[in-house]
Amino acid sequence: MTYKGICKEFLESCGLSIGDRVSIIKKDIKYKGMILNRAEATDDKHLVLKLDNGYNIGVDITDAQVELLETGEKPKIELPPLDVERDPGKMDISIISTGGTVASIIDYKTGAVHPAFTADDLLRANPELVEQANIQGKAVLNILSENMTPDYWVKTARSIAQEINQGADGVVLAHGTDTMHYTSAALSFIMDTPIPVIVTGAQRSSDRPSSDAFLNLTSSVTAAKSDIAEVLVCMHATMDDTYTHLHLGTKVRKMHTSRRDTFRSVNTEPLARILDGELEILDETFSYNQRSEGEVELQDSLEEKVAFIKSYPGIGADAINYYIDRGFKGMVIEGTGLGHCPEELLPTLARARDEEIPVVMSSQCLYGRINMNVYSTGRKLLEAGVIPAQDMLPETAYVKLVWVLGQTQNLDEVTGMMQTNLKGEIRNISSQKYFLI
Amino acid sequence: MDYEKLGLKMGLEVHQQLDTNQKLFSPCKCQLTDKKPELKITRKLRPTQSELGKIDRAAFEESRRKLQFIYESYDYDTCLVEADEEPPHPLNLEALDVSLVISTLLNMQVVDEFHTMRKQVIDGSNTGGFQRTGLVATDGYVDTPHGIVAIENLCLEEDAARRIGEKKGRAIFRLDRLGIPLVEITTDPSIKKPEQVKDVAYQLGQILRSTRVKRGLGTIRQDLNISISEGARVEIKGVQDLDLMPTMVENEVKRQINLLEIKDELEKRNAQVHDEIYDVSEIFQKSESKIIERALSQKGVIMAVKLGGFIGLIGREIQPGRRLGTELAGYAKKMGVSGIFHTDELPSYGISQEEVEAVLKFMDASEGDAFILVADQEEKARNALIEVQRRAKTALRGVPEETRKALDDGNTEYLRPLPTASRMYVETDIPTTRIPREYLEEIKSNLPELPDAKKKRIMETYNLTDDIATSLVKQDKAGDFEKIMEEVKDINPVVPASNLAYTFKELRREGCDIGKVDVDVLIEIYSYVADDTIPAQSTPTIIRDACTGLTPAESIKKHGLKKLGEEEVEGIIDDLIGSNETLITERGMAAIGSLMGMAMKKLKGKADGKLVNRLIKEKLIKLVDDR
Repeated sequence: MTYKGICKEFLESCGLSIGDRVSIIKKDIKYKGMILNRAEATDDKHLVLKLDNGYNIGVDITDAQVELLETGEKPKIELPPLDVERDPGKMDISIISTGGTVASIIDYKTGAVHPAFTADDLLRANPELVEQANIQGKAVLNILSENMTPDYWVKTARSIAQEINQGADGVVLAHGTDTMHYTSAALSFIMDTPIPVIVTGAQRSSDRPSSDAFLNLTSSVTAAKSDIAEVLVCMHATMDDTYTHLHLGTKVRKMHTSRRDTFRSVNTEPLARILDGELEILDETFSYNQRSEGEVELQDSLEEKVAFIKSYPGIGADAINYYIDRGFKGMVIEGTGLGHCPEELLPTLARARDEEIPVVMSSQCLYGRINMNVYSTGRKLLEAGVIPAQDMLPETAYVKLVWVLGQTQNLDEVTGMMQTNLKGEIRNISSQKYFLI
Repeated sequence: MDYEKLGLKMGLEVHQQLDTNQKLFSPCKCQLTDKKPELKITRKLRPTQSELGKIDRAAFEESRRKLQFIYESYDYDTCLVEADEEPPHPLNLEALDVSLVISTLLNMQVVDEFHTMRKQVIDGSNTGGFQRTGLVATDGYVDTPHGIVAIENLCLEEDAARRIGEKKGRAIFRLDRLGIPLVEITTDPSIKKPEQVKDVAYQLGQILRSTRVKRGLGTIRQDLNISISEGARVEIKGVQDLDLMPTMVENEVKRQINLLEIKDELEKRNAQVHDEIYDVSEIFQKSESKIIERALSQKGVIMAVKLGGFIGLIGREIQPGRRLGTELAGYAKKMGVSGIFHTDELPSYGISQEEVEAVLKFMDASEGDAFILVADQEEKARNALIEVQRRAKTALRGVPEETRKALDDGNTEYLRPLPTASRMYVETDIPTTRIPREYLEEIKSNLPELPDAKKKRIMETYNLTDDIATSLVKQDKAGDFEKIMEEVKDINPVVPASNLAYTFKELRREGCDIGKVDVDVLIEIYSYVADDTIPAQSTPTIIRDACTGLTPAESIKKHGLKKLGEEEVEGIIDDLIGSNETLITERGMAAIGSLMGMAMKKLKGKADGKLVNRLIKEKLIKLVDDR
């Protein structure tokens, strides 16, 4: 029970619990309905009642009398198993959930939304998936994506690897959208996948008829059946429910707080488009890894003590020193313009180098390439040992440093690896097409 | 018809848009636009599953149509909230306020805490696939000449997107209307006489109009719930014309009675709806029917279902000009086909008797069996016939529960099944709103004046007749009237009152653009009357001119409406007396009536009658005395 204070006492003293059908009598009015849970914890005077006409209302119980009409049954969400037989003619696709809901089921009786995790649940909500592939479903985490950690990246990667090594032809990872691009970058570095690993999610939750989850999920299954053995993000390409884009896991970013087409490829084009179940390559310049047989090995040791710092007018050296003092092993600065931060920080950055702490410079412009040779500050930063992130997204640079430091802590090696393209995260050419697409 | 014996029961549902600055959950203006859309968004909706895998009946049918929706949106007239690309903003408290005023006027009990719900609607009219709605108040009543009618609920909700049309099977909606706040007022189903429905609707309309609600076409919509004892509950959507309500009720009752008679007849015949759907395309390869020919040439099929024992009943009229066949067609059309053929109307439409017989033979029909034919693409045709079978099966049971659309001729047509109750769940993006009792007290002490009270007050204050006062209130002109009375001293209240109550009505009938005449123009006109520049009877002329954009001064000049001075009037009367000497000689003082008439005709209202009368009298007395 989430009620507290007055409501909690009231319910306890009347011997009532959630789901009970009651009649509440007040001075001028009598309501009949079912007691529901209260989502907001800030109020303790109002009982949530679902009336027979379906509407919820809050009833102030301070001057109310209550009468139990019927004891509520605990809502059972036991659905008969689907018994979908495996079709040997179809590919085996595993859908792994990290939380949030790609599919959900509404209990209209109480108005509660139950997330759907199992393969059966997924298929019940999206029966079309049966025609696409043999679907396996599994929940590895149940968290909101803002609560993601490098530890969870590893957990997720291991779960994906298990599916691959057990013979899955493709993996779809359902993920909250907030930090989806961090996870897709992390998986890119952690594994050389022999099959497609498609990360997807929804900007409108799956409990509403307009959810983007359905198109994203079915498109992801299409992508998971393709021959692109990369970690990719598959999300709406426009505000329309017509097609999705496949973005390389290391070159994609959430660019809008709420729109369906929030995910955009940055400093590259989307790799492919999926329209009506057909995949069409859009970026012919990128040679992706082809699907292959075999197991996957993970390089999943990570260094969590990496700081990610945004430069801004007025940032003081303290902001950097703080992390050095706390024993952080590396830092990524999201600098201004071509890759700058105030000159005032130079001594501190030199201190970091002297303590063998790699400092990587990315740009808060997001679009474009770091070039620290143009202005004197840039050159001084280079002299202080700051590593340019080239055209990498700041988030990708951060994830990459977390991973690289897990592989080696030798400053020269780290510098070398950070500047070498490993998973498509660095492109040599800045095409005139790569802006605001 | 003996409605009481039939057990007629009716309830009314009124939807009224509120006149707020912003939408219910978005900062956009509550205005419709005719501009070309700046963006078109293509969407699909899917019904969400309920716990038991049960999908809402109405929602499920819509989804079967597999419709895609196109939404017309704008750069600034609409925003991402309407496009379902941004979560809703917090509840518009201005709208809640108006709904509380209305609730109080309807003697309702306001809830302690307002919760926003999602009501699943997947016909495309809401981008999210649900309408946001919340219960504001319950248990009120409204007083009508036929007695008290209980008001069950008042909900505050979002208006739906505006349906603009359809293109290639995709419904097109415009986002401008989506999210405009409206109140939904539901009476209990206790109304038993058609006239009373009209009374209630009228009464509710009057109460609504005394609060901050939108005016004009499409800003208020009435739905009628209606049933008879043996029949079923039917919801008639969009009854625009109050005067049509009794006809609509009569036609619906007729329809239900006829459907019940058909049911009895079908029972007697042991009628049966067969589940099989036959592909009879072969039979029609050489058909002369244009519709069939077109379907076949577009790779379509001709499909048929057998309705055992239905012969003669499909063509039976159940409402003026509408048959059972029309009902079946209504269901079929929802699946996107343009219509059906049924045995009772064949041979016709280019379909020959031979073809009819061939179909009957093909489906192994017996005496009394009928069939329904559909010509279209296979999937559409099949879905349409499944719907026909479903509707035909309910004909065996009686009257189906339906949502029907009001037609202009007082008939109704099938729209969709009645929504089941289980389609409501909580809108998690909107916090709940507490409605403190002290706040309600404040609203109670600031209530707007109701039409009846207003009428009584202006009658007494301005000494108006019941008819004029009623007209002013009914036409919503009382406010303008009182403003004029406040601004213009020394005017006889009857002058502006009768202009507002009657002149405007006449001018509108004549086709004048009365929208051009605002209260400031009227004040100017009545000022001229008040300071005796023009006679009161010339005001209609000036108002008519104002409809074309002429200022009062221009109009006065144009028609020479300015009153004449006493000397000028005297001169004219002298002339008149001079040229009517014979009359005066013959009749003496009795000539005053004729002279008065001639003078007034000549003066065309440019002089006060009293003045004219006085002058003529004086002059006549003098003349007669002289003689």
